[in-house]
Amino acid sequence: MHEMSLAEGVLQLIEDAAREQQFGKVTTVWLEIGQLSGVEVEAMSFCFDVVTRDSIADGARLEIIALPGTGWCMKCAMTVPMAEVFGECPQCGGHQMQVTGGTEMRVKELEVA
Amino acid sequence: MCTTCGCGTGEVKIDGDAAEHSHHEHDHVHADGTAYSHAHQHMAGEAHQHPHARSYTPAHAHAPGISSKRMVQIEQDILAKNNAYAAQNRRRLADRGVFALNLVSSPGSGKTTLLVKSIELLKGRQCMAVIEGDQQTSQDAERIRATGAPAIQINTGKGCHLDAHMVGHAMEKLELPDDSLLMIENVGNLVCPAAFDLGEAHKVVILSVTEGEDKPIKYPDMFRAATLMLMNKCDLLPHLSFSVARAIDYARRVNPGIEVIEVSATTGEGIEAWLDWIERGAIEARARRQDTVDSLKRRVAQLEGQLAARSA
Repeated sequence: MHEMSLAEGVLQLIEDAAREQQFGKVTTVWLEIGQLSGVEVEAMSFCFDVVTRDSIADGARLEIIALPGTGWCMKCAMTVPMAEVFGECPQCGGHQMQVTGGTEMRVKELEVA
Repeated sequence: MCTTCGCGTGEVKIDGDAAEHSHHEHDHVHADGTAYSHAHQHMAGEAHQHPHARSYTPAHAHAPGISSKRMVQIEQDILAKNNAYAAQNRRRLADRGVFALNLVSSPGSGKTTLLVKSIELLKGRQCMAVIEGDQQTSQDAERIRATGAPAIQINTGKGCHLDAHMVGHAMEKLELPDDSLLMIENVGNLVCPAAFDLGEAHKVVILSVTEGEDKPIKYPDMFRAATLMLMNKCDLLPHLSFSVARAIDYARRVNPGIEVIEVSATTGEGIEAWLDWIERGAIEARARRQDTVDSLKRRVAQLEGQLAARSA
């Protein structure tokens, strides 16, 4: 979804950190993206390249750390893996599931010069 | 673009004005003696927070002096900025006892018509204001103003959703009275508005029965983010093969706790149930503000008592 806004958000976090930490060039950016966050990784990489052009992160490598989706099945009363937000419980096949993990969209760390 | 808060992408207009405001530079020194200089925005009377990233040179990296590369830990949500503005909006709304709803749907689900109908029926029962989001034109805000309710239009330009920063500015312009109701009609889009918290109490998703009943699983993020689903245009059901039960089943697969009300803005069917739902929320928001005011008054009385005891 909205990967362009997200890429702009990433660049803002980078620029804020650059002001505080006094660095002038970013060479690698690590993002943590949950499987259930709705972020399309390919679109994100494309938008990141476009948004960072002529910025301190121009040409930076984007590394995506995928985080697995998990949900709480109300019927089984346990945490189970979830591949989609409307996924079925792999134990009971039910849909009474509450997402508990995998919605993350975070800038984890940067390699800077 | 303002790199400090993402303000003024050049496209956003709030009732004709570009969304601009002042930023100021400031310096400060941390406990470790490091001096920082940066710009950011203040809301009147609010303390500000800004996270600081920490940096380290990785032990496994290279020998010192060979490369100047280092690692900087950020550990921040990409939407952190929006979420901070949303939290600010939420605090301002709570201080005023305002109950705010974020109405989301596809284009053409009948959001504005439903809103106009709701305003007409709530007139005299509930003081309210509206923020309208569209890419272009102020036609929707004009439709709302025709009912007598104050409305402000945000044009997002190329943007596909409202964000908390735009809504914060619109709220300043609206000067919401205490204990009122704020309806925010988001840009017609079932995808992006799901991720952007505006500071509202609830997202309300509108699904009209002329759309596909499988929309909740096609656009699951939005249905998961919503508290209430309004099924609009129910007067047309006799002419359609739309299964209400199946649509509800799909919505509950994505969000087991979602509430559902069937309505028709045209015939008025179900509208009272929707208005009751709004009024229950508005009463709670009012009560919470009153509780805060009461506890502050008790605290003042307590402090005055302590002061009197010492100065006597």
